[in-house]
Amino acid sequence: MSLAFHINGVSLGHGDETVVRDLDLDIRPGEVLVVVGASGCGKSTLLRSLAGLLPVRGGALLADGAPITGPSPDRALVFQDDALLPWRSARRNVELPLAIRRVPRGERRRLADHWLAQVGLADHGDRRPGKLSGGMRQRVQLARTLAGEPKAILMDEPFGALDAQTRAAMQRLLVDVLRTTPATVVFITHDVDEALYLGDRVAVLGPEGVRTLIDVPEPRDPATRGTPVVRAAREEILRSLT
Amino acid sequence: MTTTLAAPARETRTESSPKRPAGRQASRWLIRAASLVTALLIWQWLTATDATLWIRFDRLPTPVEVAGQLGLLLRDPLYYLDIAQSLVRILTGFALAAVAGIAAGIAVARSRLLSDLLQPLFEVVRPIPAIALVPVAILLFPENEQGIVFITFTAAFFPILVSTRHAVRALPTVWEDAVRTMGGGRWRVLLSVVLPGALPGVFGGLSVGMGVAWICVISAEMISGDYGVGYRTWHAYTIVDYPAVLVGMITIGVLGFATAGAVELLGRRVVGDR
Ligand SMILES: Nc1ncnc2c1ncn2[C@@H]1O[C@H](COP(=O)(O)OP(=O)(O)OP(=O)(O)O)[C@@H](O)[C@H]1O
Ligand SMILES: [Mg+2]
Repeated sequence: MSLAFHINGVSLGHGDETVVRDLDLDIRPGEVLVVVGASGCGKSTLLRSLAGLLPVRGGALLADGAPITGPSPDRALVFQDDALLPWRSARRNVELPLAIRRVPRGERRRLADHWLAQVGLADHGDRRPGKLSGGMRQRVQLARTLAGEPKAILMDEPFGALDAQTRAAMQRLLVDVLRTTPATVVFITHDVDEALYLGDRVAVLGPEGVRTLIDVPEPRDPATRGTPVVRAAREEILRSLT
Repeated sequence: MTTTLAAPARETRTESSPKRPAGRQASRWLIRAASLVTALLIWQWLTATDATLWIRFDRLPTPVEVAGQLGLLLRDPLYYLDIAQSLVRILTGFALAAVAGIAAGIAVARSRLLSDLLQPLFEVVRPIPAIALVPVAILLFPENEQGIVFITFTAAFFPILVSTRHAVRALPTVWEDAVRTMGGGRWRVLLSVVLPGALPGVFGGLSVGMGVAWICVISAEMISGDYGVGYRTWHAYTIVDYPAVLVGMITIGVLGFATAGAVELLGRRVVGDR
């Protein structure tokens, strides 16, 4: 129920421009791998390739040993903002992946309500995205993603547009929700503290490939914040970012 | 685009006038009615006094004469037959144009091959005013009736096509990406993202299309119909029955207004508030 990614000598790009060259990275099944890196270094490009939306230029990009050739419901992509269909209510947005999987109508509704409750929006199912706050919209997106029961969740700065408080609440919610799913998570962020709070490992991406790969001591334990080991990890990430 | 612009406007309106909507609304309607009545009075005055400034009002019928004629025609079954005939023509042409225009607009916006294939054709035919196709219509179709529907269709087709194409091209890719990574295929993307996403723009095209469809159905009827409001109006002119000409024009105006309102209303129902 969780995917392993195998990235071997992969080059990625748009048009004539090659963005990532010769990238090697193994993502373990069930782990939360956080990717950080300077703006424009190709984090989103990598994520879109993992999602199957962007073909690779060269090298091998494998999900559970099979080359990634196109999108699949196994690999869900979570966007920064505005990825919900604005003409559908929150509930109907969450029902969408279920409809695509041909889940019967009644069951769809039950599951959608279940996932909305999981993200604390049980009472907001009838609202359109335009009538929800940014944090609520991201929670609906999370519910929609989880409803599809993907084996991997690819998140591209999902909390990047939120204020600090909402962001902290969303991080806690994500940690709670991820406990109940076995999915592998690849999470992109610019926030080193977020990376250290959420990740099992943190990869620092540069134009030349993965610069550093750090094992997070005591992942997802808020009590470790500010302890010397975590501070050391933080320093190391910041060093390789510059 | 239009919906995001409309939303804040609606909010400010409800906020700025929480107490006086009824009184303000009534006074606005009063002004609107007064505007129409004044226009009628000026018309009556100009025609009753046979004013000849530089333009001449001595041959134009007075509103009272027109009202009398309208009263007569309202009791004439032929009047309703003409209206029904024109409505059948315009609704047939418009419905065909809506289906074809939306389908072609999506096809051209979504497929490079279809765009290369169809776009040049559309660009060449589009500048031709639909009414200039009357000779072609006469040559192509065995009956007048089909020719008129064809001309109406052509007139409404292009605004619908162009609006649909623009609306589809302007859709953010993130919605499509989201649906594809949920495992949605081509048809799912079309039905769940492209169609509903383009709907506000499509309805803009439908409104414009309905307007030009009326222009063309009336003109076509004047040239080659044997029933219909346009034909009757032109016929009245040839037998020098000016009040009947004006009744025809007013009828066209009311019908155009009603159908435009119907499209608008349907648009609001279907698009909803986003
Ligand atoms: N659709 C596109 N077409 C062409 N070039 C693109 C496209 N998307 C991204 N690029 C280019 O690819 C490079 C990497 O972009 P990418 O979005 O992957 O960076 P990123 O690491 O996600 O940056 P950020 O942290 O700012 O989101 C950039 O130089 C960008 O200009
Ligand atoms: Mg990015």
